[in-house]
Amino acid sequence: MTSEFAVEMRDVVKRFITPEGNEMAAVDHVTMQIKNGEFFSMLGSSGCGKTTSLRMVAGFEWPTEGEVYIEGKAMGHTPPFQRKVNTVFQSYALFQHMTVYQNLAFGLEMEGAKDDEIKKRVGRALEMVQLTGMDRRRPRQLSGGQQQRVALARALVKTPDVLLLDEPLGALDLKLRKEMQLELKALQQQLGITFIYVTHDQEEALTMSDRIAVMSKGKVQQMGTPVEVYERPSNKFVADFIGESNFLAGKIKSISGNEASVFIPSLNAELAGMPISDGLVKGEEVNVCIRPEKIRIAEKEAVNQNMFRATVTNTVYIGVDTKVFVDAHGAKLKIWEQNRISRLDPKSFYTVGQEVWLMLMPENTLILKKD
Amino acid sequence: MNPYRRSPFVIVATVLVYIFLYAPIVGLVLYSFNASRANVTFEGFIPAYSDRVVMDGSLVKTSPCGPFHWYCELAKNGDVAEAAGNTLTIAFSATIISTIIGTMAALALQRYNFKMKPFSQLSLYVPIVIPEIVMGIGILTLFSQVFGWVNDTFNLAGDARLSLGMMTVTASHIAFMVPFVALVVQARLSGFDKSYEEAAMDLGANEWTTFRRVTFPMILPGVMSGALLAFTLSLDDFVITFFTNGPGSTTLPIYVYGLLRRIITPQVNALSTVWILVVFLAVLILQILQNREQKQHT
Ligand SMILES: Nc1ncnc2c1ncn2[C@@H]1O[C@H](COP(=O)(O)OP(=O)(O)OP(=O)(O)O)[C@@H](O)[C@H]1O
Ligand SMILES: [Mg+2]
Repeated sequence: MTSEFAVEMRDVVKRFITPEGNEMAAVDHVTMQIKNGEFFSMLGSSGCGKTTSLRMVAGFEWPTEGEVYIEGKAMGHTPPFQRKVNTVFQSYALFQHMTVYQNLAFGLEMEGAKDDEIKKRVGRALEMVQLTGMDRRRPRQLSGGQQQRVALARALVKTPDVLLLDEPLGALDLKLRKEMQLELKALQQQLGITFIYVTHDQEEALTMSDRIAVMSKGKVQQMGTPVEVYERPSNKFVADFIGESNFLAGKIKSISGNEASVFIPSLNAELAGMPISDGLVKGEEVNVCIRPEKIRIAEKEAVNQNMFRATVTNTVYIGVDTKVFVDAHGAKLKIWEQNRISRLDPKSFYTVGQEVWLMLMPENTLILKKD
Repeated sequence: MNPYRRSPFVIVATVLVYIFLYAPIVGLVLYSFNASRANVTFEGFIPAYSDRVVMDGSLVKTSPCGPFHWYCELAKNGDVAEAAGNTLTIAFSATIISTIIGTMAALALQRYNFKMKPFSQLSLYVPIVIPEIVMGIGILTLFSQVFGWVNDTFNLAGDARLSLGMMTVTASHIAFMVPFVALVVQARLSGFDKSYEEAAMDLGANEWTTFRRVTFPMILPGVMSGALLAFTLSLDDFVITFFTNGPGSTTLPIYVYGLLRRIITPQVNALSTVWILVVFLAVLILQILQNREQKQHT
């Protein structure tokens, strides 16, 4: 390995001319450094430029500006067949006129491998994805999950340094998807290959990744480990996109050391002792962000400075949790209460119109710049 | 239960349509067994086999081939053999060349964006929609002008002189077949996902290998349908061939037309029957191919 990074995108821009004749940047000044052996995910909603970014690494598109490096080498206009990366396509793109064996052998034939070597490597790859014995089938004669494995094996049999995966589990049902997530992750760790994984499913990204790039409108909003992006979202978009969040508009009243007090007009109260990030000043308008599962509900007031009265407006039972929606002096908040106790009528705990007390622990809140 | 009642009207209409479509063909086949040489009225089948042909006026009494007398006459007819040979030679060579050109045109239109693209697309339809006779006259004019100019300029004489013949018929057939092939292949390509080609390149295949190993095998059923359509069109083209043929390049339709202008013997019917069979077989293969293609898509 010549470089610390398996793949690097430096200030990459990709512009398309839309059919209407306008120019639009699908990828807008993206810089990413993906380390060797890392499971790296690009996460974002539809149309945010994930696929386009991945395609530029694979060589199907060329950047309008900036440069893609693979193993430290600038790729320029290198065609896909000269790049040491392989792709698992969302549609699988299995060759329908070839058997499973021929699909896997194709990439090895292109390398000029000998017949018996091809046989050995294809056999091993099929074993790896648990499809031994399926080698004579045609792609059409396989289930969606099996086709997905063939697509994976076809890319892995080439033993690439970097594997690019574009929503590879998108077409599978939820259960199979969860199984495959764990399997893929295990496979990646076992093989030590760098995975660049595109998904719009935040849970999937959190489950599998070493690091995640959260993207929106062609830009990287935040890059970090799953814990970092969930617990310390750097802006309102990330806080809202990864998991769910309550936002309370407010104004910084005072800062002392690493803690701040924020006045929240809708609660008509000051939240004190909240951790503060850099770059915030006294008097600044901010958003206080708090995760629904991190708000506690109590029926009686306890001794705490950050407790607020609220009225239950709705409750929804979803199995693991009960979603409680409350109104606190006009501030609408959502709270996830775990159903720790088994009973047949969990809703009975909170009824619409009931008065409750909310506890917002300062260490569970986050002060975000207003955008 | 099918919610649509089968009204008697629908059944009658269906039967009538079938009669309208197939009665001429049935009549044509029937008359190819006609005992009467005049072939105006059906005088019954030729009744018997014998070692020689016995005629009674214009009625054939016995023949070595029995009811298939006219087919045997046809087989003995050297002009028919030559015309059939010409027709097949032209159809095969024109099909091969027009399939290659048409497929390339369809591929180019599918994957490249260029300024003149809408024009190119439209220009594919023009030869299909303009009357064949206009195209025939146009091609004839082109050939005679160019040939005349070349012959005069280079002072060509005798056999060296450019004239109408097999080459001109083949060229004109290619000209009107290319759009058909291109449109059929284009229809097939419209459902073609470019990720197959990307996958091939991703696995290390260069552009040519990708085409050879992935793109072409995948579009082959479409190419074959296009080729077969072109082949049948060439087999029974009359109008354009009429204008562009010359000595030694008489095709079957031209030959039949020539016969009709003299006397109509059941030999013409026999020829037509054989011909219908050939075209029918080609269409059948086309259907089977298309069905298979559809199954592949679902
Ligand atoms: N070839 C193209 N021509 C024009 N615009 C394009 C092209 N490819 C992508 N785009 C546009 O670029 C934007 C980003 O597309 P991209 O496919 O990268 O999104 P994505 O993040 O992968 O979304 P999804 O989750 O839906 O797959 C979209 O607005 C899309 O319309
Ligand atoms: Mg995508």
